Amino acid sequence: MDRIPILRMGSFLLVTIQVDLYDRLALTLEADLVQMVNKTNAKGVLIDISAVSIVDSFMGRIIGNIASMSKILDAETVVVGMQPAVAITLIELGLPLKGVHTALDVEKGMNLLKSMIDEVVEEDLDEDDSVSE
Amino acid sequence: MKSWRKTWTKMILSLSKDPVKIVREQDVILFRNRVKEMAVKIKMGLVNQTRLITAASELVRNMLRYADGGNCLIEVVSRGRDNGIRLTFTDQGPGIADIDLAMKDGYSTGKSLGLGLPGTKRLVNEFNIKSKVGEGTVVTIIKWANG
Repeated sequence: MDRIPILRMGSFLLVTIQVDLYDRLALTLEADLVQMVNKTNAKGVLIDISAVSIVDSFMGRIIGNIASMSKILDAETVVVGMQPAVAITLIELGLPLKGVHTALDVEKGMNLLKSMIDEVVEEDLDEDDSVSE
Repeated sequence: MKSWRKTWTKMILSLSKDPVKIVREQDVILFRNRVKEMAVKIKMGLVNQTRLITAASELVRNMLRYADGGNCLIEVVSRGRDNGIRLTFTDQGPGIADIDLAMKDGYSTGKSLGLGLPGTKRLVNEFNIKSKVGEGTVVTIIKWANG
């Protein structure tokens, strides 16, 4: 069976979707990714969809699902590289992808993930301080 | 003369027909590529191509989910100076009891978001659905190259 590879980069997981997704492939990716977040203790997931020319309501839902599932496993999701035509279509279709962070390219996405995780760490530190006081 | 021109410009001519059978999920990708090829051939812009293929993808998914597949007809059509793609989806599924309800945003009998039909309608220029319970559903959409 076809699978989309998930790469590990430090505390992040990187997924580059290079093929046209059909439903089962997307569902497998969803399951694999959530498993990997759990197994590797990842803090962030970066999904590159720059090679994806079509995101329909099903695919959009999968992306939203991955983000929410990762969120409750304490990992942030950033979707990068969406083509302008895909963005137009998604909104017209009625799928604003709420709750999914986006960035223009992989580099910006990585920076966004890092900054989000730094914030969380700082908040934790602040809380620790207030407790000790 | 005027009325003649009116009927002439309204007439939609089919320039080519390409039937595709959809029975498995993987057929969807093949079908999408075929639609894309046709759209490129009539010089449809990238955004309209994406709209058309997304709409097609939604309808094919419906067909697979609710009717276990069916037939698609891809046609290049022309109306006056406009060229476009017409897709006809025919299935022998359970049919839709209340089309008005199915066309409402957020309504779904399956476990989906219920965006498929109303969303699809927003993406194309012409949308036509006919359904008979127990017999099946026929959906026709047209996207003009410059529409």
